Amino acid sequence: MSEPLIFELSAPGRRGYNLPDIDVPRQPIDTLIPKEHQRSTAPSLPEASEPTVVRHYTRLSQLNHSIDTGFYPLGSCTMKYNPKIHETVAGLPGFRSIHPLQPDSTVQGALGLMFELQELLAAITGMDAVSLQPAAGAHGEFTGLLMIKAYHAAQGRLPGTVIAPDAAHGTNPASATAAGYHLVTVPSNQRGRVDIHHLRRLVNEDTAALMLTNPNTLGLFEDEIVEMAQIVHEAGGQVYYDGANLNAILGVVRPGDMGFDVVHLNLHKTFTTPHGGGGPGSGPVGVKQPLARFLPVPNVVRDGQMYRLDYQRPETIGKVRSFYGNFGMLVRAYTYIRTLGREGLTQVGRDAVLNANYLRARLNDRFDEPYPGPTMHEFVLSGRRQAARGVHTRDMAKRLMDYGFHPPTVYFPLIVEEAMMIEPTETESIDTLDAFVEAMREIAREAEEEPEIVLSAPHVTPVGRVDEARAARQPDLAWRAASTGFPKAEEPAAPDTPEGV
Amino acid sequence: MGEERRYSRSHEWVIREGDSARVGVSEFAVEQLGDVVYLELPAVGKQLNRGDVIGDIESVKAVSQLYAPISGEVIAVNEELEAHPELVNEDPLGKGWIVVLQPVDLGDIDTLMFKADYDRFAAEEQA
Amino acid sequence: MSYLSHTDAERRRMLQAIGVDRLEDLYEDVPQGLRLSGLDVPAGLSEVEVLRLMQSKAAENLDLETRPSFLGGGAYFGYVPAAVGAITGRAEFYTSYTPYQPEVSQGTLQVIYEFQSMICLLTGLDVANASLYDGATAVAEAASMALNATGRNRVLVPDTLSPEYRRVLSTYAEGIGYDVDVGPIVEGGQLDVTEEHAAVIVQNPDFLGSVVAMEKLATLAHSHGALFIAVVDPISLGILKPPGEYGADIAVGEGQNLGGWLSYGGPYLGFIASTPNLQRRLPGRIAGATVDDRGNPAYVLTLQTREQHIRRERATSNICTNEALVALGATVYMALLGKEGLREVAEHALQKAHYAADRMGAVPGFGVATPSPFFREFALRCPVPAEEVNRFLLSRDILGGLDLSRIYPDNASLRDCLLLGMTEMTTRNDIDACVSALTDMVAARSTTREPAGVGGRA
Repeated sequence: MSEPLIFELSAPGRRGYNLPDIDVPRQPIDTLIPKEHQRSTAPSLPEASEPTVVRHYTRLSQLNHSIDTGFYPLGSCTMKYNPKIHETVAGLPGFRSIHPLQPDSTVQGALGLMFELQELLAAITGMDAVSLQPAAGAHGEFTGLLMIKAYHAAQGRLPGTVIAPDAAHGTNPASATAAGYHLVTVPSNQRGRVDIHHLRRLVNEDTAALMLTNPNTLGLFEDEIVEMAQIVHEAGGQVYYDGANLNAILGVVRPGDMGFDVVHLNLHKTFTTPHGGGGPGSGPVGVKQPLARFLPVPNVVRDGQMYRLDYQRPETIGKVRSFYGNFGMLVRAYTYIRTLGREGLTQVGRDAVLNANYLRARLNDRFDEPYPGPTMHEFVLSGRRQAARGVHTRDMAKRLMDYGFHPPTVYFPLIVEEAMMIEPTETESIDTLDAFVEAMREIAREAEEEPEIVLSAPHVTPVGRVDEARAARQPDLAWRAASTGFPKAEEPAAPDTPEGV
Repeated sequence: MGEERRYSRSHEWVIREGDSARVGVSEFAVEQLGDVVYLELPAVGKQLNRGDVIGDIESVKAVSQLYAPISGEVIAVNEELEAHPELVNEDPLGKGWIVVLQPVDLGDIDTLMFKADYDRFAAEEQA
Repeated sequence: MSYLSHTDAERRRMLQAIGVDRLEDLYEDVPQGLRLSGLDVPAGLSEVEVLRLMQSKAAENLDLETRPSFLGGGAYFGYVPAAVGAITGRAEFYTSYTPYQPEVSQGTLQVIYEFQSMICLLTGLDVANASLYDGATAVAEAASMALNATGRNRVLVPDTLSPEYRRVLSTYAEGIGYDVDVGPIVEGGQLDVTEEHAAVIVQNPDFLGSVVAMEKLATLAHSHGALFIAVVDPISLGILKPPGEYGADIAVGEGQNLGGWLSYGGPYLGFIASTPNLQRRLPGRIAGATVDDRGNPAYVLTLQTREQHIRRERATSNICTNEALVALGATVYMALLGKEGLREVAEHALQKAHYAADRMGAVPGFGVATPSPFFREFALRCPVPAEEVNRFLLSRDILGGLDLSRIYPDNASLRDCLLLGMTEMTTRNDIDACVSALTDMVAARSTTREPAGVGGRA
């Protein structure tokens, strides 16, 4: 039961939107824009009525799993409930319809909110200054690394390497490259933490920064963090905090107190701005005082009773995007922080850790737990016991869909064979957690007793397993007026690679 | 001599053909990679030192680099693979060949592993 | 706390199942010395209290829904049809995750495929991605593609590329390590391109609103082995020649005005399209059509080996999260508009810009500084500093234009100029009100010789 493309619902002359008449005297277009600058044919956008358009996209929406319809135990993604009041607030005309180039005096409410959010995020992370500009986590990483680069350059140094653990998110190495750094990988030890002895050997005068998540992607707190920061600092390097996993430690411990110099936050994770099917996100960066002068421009400052955009930062790294950040997401995150307040935010972290450990305790007899807990907000199981019988993690992940659950993050971190990385978040009830446990245990049983049902899963989803090899070998990336239709099916394949983070 | 297929530690095979050497990817490596969907191959005329990156080989969700098992100049690339990357899966030792090199020293081929040694090496690497 | 689910009794039960006495036991790995005694954050608020707080902050902003405005410069106040909000407001879309698991994400994946298709139709190019952060970062990503494709290390941009975009491009250039040459387009449409340039990046219409002779510049770039990157306003493509028709290799732009809110600068929508030979160098997510194991049509994220989660430090870009929900809004918007509607929205902007230029340029002391042809924006030369004009307009509850002396302080020909932009939301009344205000300001100045705008709301 597939939904046609909107182009296939089109018929000449239909329309879904009517404009008012042009109320100024009209001149022939050719007198305003010479013919040679005009397009020869109109783009073949679909022609459909509003009901057709609305029904089409509503039907498509129903093919999605979403937080409002079900549980998302995606490790490192922090898919928590998105409060409805946020959407109401972000939709107020005073927020949604203000132009980024308005005079500061006409947007005092917006600037005040941004200023306060800078301060709140600094307080939550233990940093001295914050920029709200980056559009997503990876963008925050890039921004943070550029500030580190500027900091070193100001001291006449040009260290060329960034160190990240083998368990790091893929954006860490990619951002290091984007910022012009060479990446060096530090291995994890048998306890699932960074091997500090190895780190000591890797760190030298060429080390620009160490990038870490803490808790790490195994959900384990890097308990030697203070020593690690010291090793890097003594060599003149900076320590970067990837905030993807901040949810675990809200109100318990702050990156700034652990020795981190730069942090980025994912407002679409910890501060529950909706994920939107892949964005918009928002990735503010916070820094300690020595790096504050390199923050992107503009920053929001307060002069007496007035707020303004401050561009007077001669040592700034510049701008990393147009204007000031994903303001609509900032409104939501600010609303969230003010709603929860200090006690609420702390309880968020505590319940996130409680939920993860509850699931871990109820599943680690059926699945291998390569790095025993307690863990923080997430944990990693291995499907190697089931894989030995021919049922792989990807099969169990697909089977979970039949039970109404989104799969966990799988095949990540890369250091765990047949990995399943599970992060329940604090907003799930014990009833949901129990139902998930039952489904996982049932799948473990099926893997032993009736593997075929797992191997051929999913069975009740809108589509079955998808032929990804076909998609990549003969890319069909856009509808064409003379499209030839869909290719014939082939055996699908899904190798062991990260899905989820 | 030199006409038996030899293998490198980076999982390429080499077979001597007269004065040149044909290079491909081992069966073991292809199996590990899964469905090959794309290859990025060098231009004819490129000089490669042993260990240099020849190009990339991609499956749906993995990408690996191909390394020159011996030094030499690229004198042919398998253009068929552009439209049919699946040949690497279907016939890795035949139609799925990657490049032909003009070796700097044909004797370099003899320094590579025989199949039996390679199979042991690959089995250990997997364990 | 209404977003948390547990009662204290449930928490105790869960601790018991875990086998610890207290929650603190789960934090045993966190060194004692690092523990926080409490967050320095205000106490929480009830929903009604937080709503009142936010309403009061929103009320401190002058919004464009209730007063005339002529602000443009890369962000435009267009109409957002109610159906767009109805779809983007569906929780199945806005609370869903990135579609890495295609079996439970066909909705989002098909939308991305439709979005890519529409961007291709608009730009006249063959492939497009799922979105980028905004127009500025799209320019920077396009530059990276060109550097990789050509192996060269410089890009050339005219000074009529948006100053925001130029500033972001230099930040990226600094990071990655390449040079950005900024040179004017001189008489006859020439640019100082050399064999060292990986790309020439030209905005059309340019930042001051003028329509540029793109074909000539594309030919020039190609004759030096450089790629030609067009930066376009998607609405303008209802009338203007698409990049694919004048030989652009890559087209990028800001898609905020495709049914997106102004939202004080974000979230916006970067788009990027290219010729097929560059498709494996495109950054970010791309959806493709394929089939499932039952032979049914299906969509999936494809060509993923380009991306950071697989290629890590060798990825074409570090982008991960993009602007999927804004792209959904743009897709619905384009579906509603259809092929005729897009042209009509473009014509509204075009006709109003020319009416405004004719009327405002005729006010004594004022003149139009943007050369024709222009599309939706033009620079208005004022008899007094542009800032004073804006202050006076604000005293009449009109949000004026962008003060170009702040953007081009060294360009004498743009001193005292305002950049004014129009959309389908601009009415004749808005323009006429602005014209009377400008006329009154001139009259007031000549009688009182007082600086304009004194006593204004600013």
